[in-house]
This record gives sequence, C-alpha cells and structure tokens, in this order.
Amino acid sequence: MIKDITVNVDAKLSLNRYDVDEEAAHIELKEPDAAPDFDREFDKLVLACPAGLYKRDADGRTSFDYAGCLECGTCRILCGTTILDHWNYPGPTKGVEYRWG
Amino acid sequence: MADFDVIVVGAGCAGSVAAYQLAKAGKSVLMIERGNYAGAKNMTGGRIYSHSLKKVFPDFEEEAPLERRVTHERISLIDPEANFTIDFTSDKMHTPGEDSWTVLRGPFDQWLAQQAEDAGAECIYGIPVDDLVTEDGAVKGVVAGEDTLTADIVILADGVNSLLTAKAVGAPTPQPHQMAVGLKELIELPAEVIEDRLLLAPGEGAAWLFAGDATHGHVGGAFMYTNKDSISLGLVATLSDLVTADTPVYQMFEDFKQHPAVAPPVKGGKVVEYSGHMVPEGGYAMVPKLVTDGCLVTGDAGMLCINLGYCVRGMDFAVTSGDFAAQAAIEALDAGDVSAAKLARYTQLLDGSYVMKDLRQFQKFPHFMESTKRIFNEYPAMVRDMMNNLFIVDGEPCVPLRRKLMDPVKTVGIMNVLKDAKGGVTAL
Ligand SMILES: Cc1cc2nc3c(=O)[nH]c(=O)nc-3n(C[C@H](O)[C@H](O)[C@H](O)COP(=O)(O)OP(=O)(O)OC[C@H]3O[C@@H](n4cnc5c(N)ncnc54)[C@H](O)[C@@H]3O)c2cc1C
Ligand code: SF4
Repeated sequence: MIKDITVNVDAKLSLNRYDVDEEAAHIELKEPDAAPDFDREFDKLVLACPAGLYKRDADGRTSFDYAGCLECGTCRILCGTTILDHWNYPGPTKGVEYRWG
Repeated sequence: MADFDVIVVGAGCAGSVAAYQLAKAGKSVLMIERGNYAGAKNMTGGRIYSHSLKKVFPDFEEEAPLERRVTHERISLIDPEANFTIDFTSDKMHTPGEDSWTVLRGPFDQWLAQQAEDAGAECIYGIPVDDLVTEDGAVKGVVAGEDTLTADIVILADGVNSLLTAKAVGAPTPQPHQMAVGLKELIELPAEVIEDRLLLAPGEGAAWLFAGDATHGHVGGAFMYTNKDSISLGLVATLSDLVTADTPVYQMFEDFKQHPAVAPPVKGGKVVEYSGHMVPEGGYAMVPKLVTDGCLVTGDAGMLCINLGYCVRGMDFAVTSGDFAAQAAIEALDAGDVSAAKLARYTQLLDGSYVMKDLRQFQKFPHFMESTKRIFNEYPAMVRDMMNNLFIVDGEPCVPLRRKLMDPVKTVGIMNVLKDAKGGVTAL
C-alpha cells in the first residue's frame, strides 16, 4: 500500500526547462490487458520514477504522462520488458534541458 | 574510407576527454551529443576527485568552472529521529591532485567539450545517435536520424542508460539490484550564508554524505554538496529494494529534506532545478565487455563507477577511461589495425590502473550493502539509542557506560553486529 504523499512533484518539475515533443511519445506503456501483472509492475514505477509521472488515482486508475520526464531510464530498467511498449530518448533537441545539472 | 577516424557518442566526462585527446593527437574526431549543449542532460552529486583531471588538464584549477574545493568531509548516520555526524578536515584536502572539487555539470561539461572543440574536434549537439552500423560484429559507424556516418573507431561514452552497448558489445540490460536512481534539488543561497551554515572558510566547500536511514529503511543514502552560490541536495535509492517500499522516492527525499539535521542548512534557499539520473552500483560484476572490433566503451556506459555510501566515484573513472580509450585508439589508428585484439590495449591500461584495481577491490561491497539491510534501519537506531544514553541527562540514576553502549547493541543482537562488521570489513 502506498502511503499518503504530501509533496507536489509537479511543482518541482515546473522549475525545469523542457521542450516537450508533442508529436511523439518517447516512452509508451502497453495496454493493461496486453501485459500480465500490469498493476504490480505499474506500482513499482509509482514508487521509483523520480518525476512521479506514473500515477494511480483514488479509484485505482493508472495514468502516465511523459511530458515531465527527467530521462533517467529507471522505468526502462524496472519494466522495460514487462509493461513498457518502448523506451527511447526524445527526438533531436527535445526533452529536458538542465541548466546546472 | 571512413568519414572520421573516430566518432565519440556522448559529451559527458568520458566523451569530451576522449575527443580532446584524439583531436590533440591530430585525429579527425566527431563527437555527437543528444543534449542541446554538453551537460544539458547530465546530473551528478557531486564532486570530482581531481587526480584524473589533473593528468589531462594540469591547470584545470585556473581554467575549469569549478564550484568549491572540498575541505570538509562530513559523514552522517541518519535516523528519522536523530543524526550522528563525523566532520573531518585536513591539510591534505588542499593538496593539488589529491583534493576534490564540487561541480555542476551544465557549466563543467560545456567547458570540457569546449576543450575538445578548441583542440579541433567537431561537435554536434541536439542529436541522439539512434543506432550503430555494424558489419560481422565490427562497429563501423553510427546512425542519427536519416544520416549514417562512418568511422574507423566508435567510442561509446553515452552514460549509464546506454541504448547502444547491447548492440556493440552484447552488454546485458542492468538488473534492478545493480542500479540506483538519484534525484537532486539545486538550492540557491548566498555564498556567505552557505559558508556560515556549513562552517567553511570563504571559497571552501563541504561534501556531506548521509548513510543509514535517509530512505525510509530501504537501501540508499543521501548527499549535500556545497557549490559557490547553491547547495546540491539529493538522495539515491537502489531500485530492487525501492520497489518494495511504501513511499515513493520523491517523498522520501522530501522527508529527508525536512529532517532537523538537514533543513537548517538549506532554510530559505530557492530551489531552481530538480533532476534525476541513475547510478550504476553493481560494481565489477556488472562491467560488460569494453572492447570489440572498431569500438571502445567508456565511463558509465561501461558501468565504471563505485558507490560506497561514504564515497561516490564515477566522474574520475569516466575521465580516466576516456583518456585511456583515446590512447588505445591513437595507437590502433597509427598501426592501421582497429581489431578488438589491437584495441585490447584499452583494457590493459584500465587493468593496470586504479580503475579496475578499485572495482575489483570493492567487488563484494554491492552484495554486502544489499544483503545487510540493518545498515538502513537497525544500525542508525542503535547508534541513536547509544548517543541518547550518553548525552541525555534526565535526573534518573545513571547506568554504567558499558550498559549505555551495550544495551542498544544487544537490541540488534551481538552476533548480528559482529557478523555484519566482519562482512563490512571484508567488503571494503
Ligand atoms: C545522484 C548522483 C550522484 C553522483 N555523485 C557523484 C560524485 O559525487 N562523484 C563522482 O565522481 N561521481 C558521481 N556520480 C557518478 C557520475 O555522475 C557518473 O559516473 C559520470 O557522470 C559518468 O560520466 P560519463 O561521461 O560516463 O557519462 P555521462 O556524464 O552520463 O555522459 C553521457 C553523455 O552521453 C549522452 N548520450 C547518451 N545517449 C546518447 C545518444 N544515444 N546519442 C548521443 N548522446 C548520448 C548524454 O546526453 C550525456 O551527455 C553520481 C551520479 C549520480 C546519478
Ligand atoms: S525515464 Fe525516469 S523520469 Fe522518465 S518516466 Fe522513466 S522513471 Fe520517470
């Protein structure tokens, strides 16, 4: 069971500079029916994605938005062969841009 | 004929050093970086141990955009309710080549890449390499978008999350117990405030690592590094154990940031950036093949990194491996032989240096950390209780010192403590 979350990660992400590729998603999930253990695998990413992009709402519905991605690759290591359909780097000039890093 | 003598993929510490040395030796070099400038995609703790950089750039102290020289080492054993810190400072920390400097990868990587460009390397930014051109297992070039470019040698310096080493050298995808996720806030504060709060002389810096329970009892740790006008505050957690937690990693970080030992130094600071990056933690066991026909693998792409909790080293390994890769490539190009057998000079150089010696020395450490979860919950609590017994005076008659110290040890179990101490000493 995941405990209550008090921190607003989206507000932290909004500090960063991004050029989001609206045309193409560099990370996509499989359909829940197409992957055995979808829920269990998804919850790993709820815990481990530093950007909090894998979300489960109060009714248990899952959602994912690649827009705030920090391009760390954690979800690829954990679920690259289970519930991710693909994991690529964003296309030319796109994605996060650290000013300090 | 190939388009270039060498193509370097990735302009991090390893890539830029390799490109610099190759260009300086008169080779035609193309460095391709997916960020819009070097450093745009990179994050580190962090501090770089200078010994590696000094060999390549003897005057780097004057030239590179460094933040602060580390003159204070702080290491804490943190528990949610307490914190026990050792603060060490020494004249040795001022010795060039034995010292370490905090850096921010945005400015630092741009400077490194500029050295390569000034030496004559061509650099392209904002373009990810999508694929490698191979022929009978030999690497012949790279594919980026519509373009194919060929080279006698390709140096992979594309970091911990390399999508190219699988094809080049058959590197397996790292396992979750071999990888940690790191996240970090950059917190702006005036220089004098940082110096006053962290007890630093003007211009000097601190490296502060938090072992124990910064991660809700799970395998991981946290760090605080002082920069000129900012503090790098972050947390690292091993993936295999993190996914058994009940709290997301970003919430662990927030709880760490609110800890009474951590909040005061960063109080009132302005968070200006939030970053995430993986750390290869599996040590020697996860190093893939580093050489194949026409290709060398360097830095984090080759998993050349050590995380000991009190000491994280990846940037010095990256610099040295980039340097050695360039040396091996130059010898191979001059001999007109870029086969794996000839390029094996690279692994020879690594084997003969601190890089492989240290990786081997600490090869048992990752397993020790992973299998000794007490480090992340029971031991911080044990030390907290010992110190409470020692320092809290409440008017009750005192128990003898022996009991003050031994009672908390008994709670964990004397045999457990002895066993873990032996394991730790063997692994280090
Ligand atoms: C939280 C954290 C704390 C750390 N603390 C320290 C510390 O204090 N001291 C220390 O020495 N080390 C530390 N490390 C480790 C250190 O940061 C790394 O070991 C080091 O940065 C590795 O350098 P590199 O050049 O191999 O890779 P990177 O610096 O990651 O460079 C790889 C480059 O390749 C580019 N790239 C990737 N794929 C492609 C592609 N397909 N096409 C084109 N370009 C590509 C990337 O954009 C990047 O610029 C830390 C790491 C983390 C995550
Ligand atoms: S790459 Fe990292 S930041 Fe991006 S979605 Fe995956 S885990 Fe989250």
